[in-house]
Amino acid sequence: MAYSKELIDHYENPRNVGSMSEDESNIGTGLVGAPACGDVMKLQIKVSADGIIEDAKFKTFGCGSAIASSSLVTEWVKDKTLDEAATIKNTDIAEELALPPVKIHCSVLAEDAIKAAVSDYKEKTGKKSSDNKDKAAAE
Amino acid sequence: MTTNTKARWSQSAPLYLDYQATTPTDPRVVDAMMPYWTDKFGNPHSRNHHFGWEAEDAVEKAREQMAELIGASAKEIIFTSGATESNNLAIKGIARFYGDRKNHIITCVTEHKCVLEACRYLEQDGFDVTYLHVKENGLIDLDDLKSAITDKTAMVSIMAVNNEIGVIQPLKEIGAICRQRGVFFHTDAAQAVGKIPLDVNEMNIDLMSVSGHKFYGPMGIGALFVRRKPRVRLVPLIHGGGQERGMRSGTLPTPLVAGFGVACEIASKEMSAEAERLHGLRQRMLDGLQARLPEIFVNGDLENRIPGNLNISFAYVEGEGLMMGIKELAVSSGSACTSASLEPSYVLRALGVEEEMAHTSLRLGIGRFTTSDEVDYAVGRIADEVIRLREMSPLWDMAQAGIDIKSIKWAEH
Repeated sequence: MAYSKELIDHYENPRNVGSMSEDESNIGTGLVGAPACGDVMKLQIKVSADGIIEDAKFKTFGCGSAIASSSLVTEWVKDKTLDEAATIKNTDIAEELALPPVKIHCSVLAEDAIKAAVSDYKEKTGKKSSDNKDKAAAE
Repeated sequence: MTTNTKARWSQSAPLYLDYQATTPTDPRVVDAMMPYWTDKFGNPHSRNHHFGWEAEDAVEKAREQMAELIGASAKEIIFTSGATESNNLAIKGIARFYGDRKNHIITCVTEHKCVLEACRYLEQDGFDVTYLHVKENGLIDLDDLKSAITDKTAMVSIMAVNNEIGVIQPLKEIGAICRQRGVFFHTDAAQAVGKIPLDVNEMNIDLMSVSGHKFYGPMGIGALFVRRKPRVRLVPLIHGGGQERGMRSGTLPTPLVAGFGVACEIASKEMSAEAERLHGLRQRMLDGLQARLPEIFVNGDLENRIPGNLNISFAYVEGEGLMMGIKELAVSSGSACTSASLEPSYVLRALGVEEEMAHTSLRLGIGRFTTSDEVDYAVGRIADEVIRLREMSPLWDMAQAGIDIKSIKWAEH
């Protein structure tokens, strides 16, 4: 199976590999997939006060297509708002990397990872603001 | 290692480390075949002229060479297109001949697909098949075999050597049990012939499947040993001119048969020295990998194993992802990420290897033309890439942080 130049480039020179502290309130973490299925993606986003994704990091256990898909989405989500990031579709990822049909699930997983990271961030901040509200009400 | 040899693998063809998939044809085999493509082109079944006789001589010589390698008589060798055909002929042939009295077959879950599929086909036709499980080391439990045999059992079909993990089944013990209980013993020896000593009489083997291209012979040729005393009878799969004692009609491909014979002869002469050399190379490979990488695990028994096979799980690194990184090496993986099912190797699963570990396995096959320089180069490339991919693996992070991966509730997809 011949892979595209873009895919091989992302696999060999992956962008934004790494981790950010999950405890920070401005970090959203998405962990999707399962070891038993042969792929696990961890995608983290760092969100600025005005709701822009400033930074993104990933770590992936999986085939070359899974690694390339996650590397690509870390580039794509940067400088986007949360809502914009959530509009990234697996089909866009598959098209950009020219994924063969058997590898489409890798792009689906990458889309899931973005959604999971965004929702983790929203949950964190939502919870925090409701905590504050409770606090305010108590005072 | 010189920079020249290194450049050879990275710039032209990759380094071949997949000897269980196929082996390069030995140049001596190619030489032996040549005349039968050109001057000696006769049909070995032509009985009336020189061309036929000369081709027939070549075929009969090859039959002797095959027989010699496994301690059989030449009359007991049937040429086929390869081990898949031999396995089909043995299993379906016995079932069809003896099926009205004995409709039970015993095999094993780690057999090659062609054995399993032939058995499944017979099940649809009303045969009973027992699939023996294997122990953690990949070998069957002889007590399981003994208790599976009934008075309806026609045959036991257990592979000699597994194609993924290279483990050698206890053939002599299986043969003794089968002989004592009066059931035929068939073994798929595609991965064993030319690698380990085999003797059909000492091991009480009644039928044995052989593949030419697994031991430096040509593709498209194989053999089935069919015992004459006590006589084993088969219903043929292919009907026609009655060649090969009526068990396999069709004109024999003289060049392939001649090449196959020479591959057998070379194996007879060189097998023991070759096995010793490969044993050393495999140990060098394993030692080299273990010296650089923690948390790697050999799948299957290391003692009862052909010397040319190593199957290793590199925990926390997915096998197919790893193969893409070591494209200078031609290897295969137990991860089946490319298949639609996403199921990892059924052989590794049968040993009780966890799915996540099965996904991290590589099969490294070495053989006649593998050098120690090549082994060192492969070790270096694999270790570098495993280290790189572990740095990128969230599972490796978790393991380093002491998090049990099994404690996490994963969403299976």
